[in-house]
Amino acid sequence: MSDTDTALRDRALAAAATVADPEIPVLSIADLGVLRGARVASDGGVEVDITPTYSGCPAMQAIADAVLVALRDANLPRPRVNLVLSPAWTTDWMTQAGRDALRAYGIAPPLPRASHRARFAPEAPVPCPHCASTATERISEFGSTACKALWRCTECREPFDHFKCL
Amino acid sequence: MTAITVTRTAPPLLLHTLRLADTALVLGHRLSEWTGQAPTLEEEMALANVALDHIGQARALYAHAAALEGKGRTEDELAYLRDAPEYRNWLIVELPNGDFAHTMLRQLFVSAFLLPFWQAQARCAEPTLAAIAAKAEKEAAYHLRHAGEWVVRLGDGTEESHRRCRDALAALWQFTGEMFEQDASDRELLAAGLAPDVIALRAAWTATVTEALAEATLPAPPADAWMQSGGRRGVHTEHLGHLLAVMQHLPRSYPGAMW
Repeated sequence: MSDTDTALRDRALAAAATVADPEIPVLSIADLGVLRGARVASDGGVEVDITPTYSGCPAMQAIADAVLVALRDANLPRPRVNLVLSPAWTTDWMTQAGRDALRAYGIAPPLPRASHRARFAPEAPVPCPHCASTATERISEFGSTACKALWRCTECREPFDHFKCL
Repeated sequence: MTAITVTRTAPPLLLHTLRLADTALVLGHRLSEWTGQAPTLEEEMALANVALDHIGQARALYAHAAALEGKGRTEDELAYLRDAPEYRNWLIVELPNGDFAHTMLRQLFVSAFLLPFWQAQARCAEPTLAAIAAKAEKEAAYHLRHAGEWVVRLGDGTEESHRRCRDALAALWQFTGEMFEQDASDRELLAAGLAPDVIALRAAWTATVTEALAEATLPAPPADAWMQSGGRRGVHTEHLGHLLAVMQHLPRSYPGAMW
């Protein structure tokens, strides 16, 4: 890769990294682990790879459109966005900055790699993003979006979203 | 009497992908019918989320099918502009939802198959299907657990919830055999290492289902029960046509509509 290509790729990544998740605006797609890479294609156009979180995540189209706009705004040549499926996204790709931003926003970040829980098996306690208490309980394994579960804190009595481990 | 023969119209990999896509879409659509009618708000969200997972899987599968077909059709055209006899989904997913017990038992049966199926498909030598499977497998684990917990709660619940579970079991069991059918097209893919051996998945499925039914205090269905068949060959119940009439109404009435 030539120096110019490297510079173009870095500019593309930087531009794409400014795009936020439309459902969780404090989280950039870089922090979320959705931004997978960029390259300069053989035609000189700039390609950015993104990967979906959940198969049915309705935010993906909005994210792809926003990345395209960001690339155009950065005056990058012939911008394109690829949806890559493999390897499958995992919450392990979320950065520490992303986890901190989620917690500050009131969403409990995903715990490190949770195993497949057995039926009715208890879940590892999720610390409350408001008061940090671990006296919390799950209300519903499915929440306001595909990536979240609904929990409540029995200490400060606040309900909260928990970004599910996948 | 004239025998009705349904000829194989698609090459094996395309047929396999369409069967998976149609099953995911039809199940996702059925689950979405619960929106606004679920027994509790949490269940409303759960059913909508599970529906969304299946519809998302269907989109990826249709996009792949469209590429395999190579005739310029899009994922939307495959979903919205094919009629019932062209659909290749299992019959169990097109049946009306019935009551909540019925919906959850169906989800248990289907997810108990899909979890090991996607795990096996993820190891097959078909990169796009493997990528879709790696994602779908994680979702199937959530679906299976959710449905399993409900079947146990309802089966081992009140007299009324137990009765409803028994009724659902009696109605649905005959539709579970289709998941383990293997035709010449499937065997071709299996030999090429492109798709899993569904017959080999049967033991894991039976173990999961038997264990859940026992915990739910539901009777174990006879192993040699007669099984319905047809969906994978495009021979459907009357219910699929009604489902498609609703699902396809807008794109068929307003071709090319965008919003």
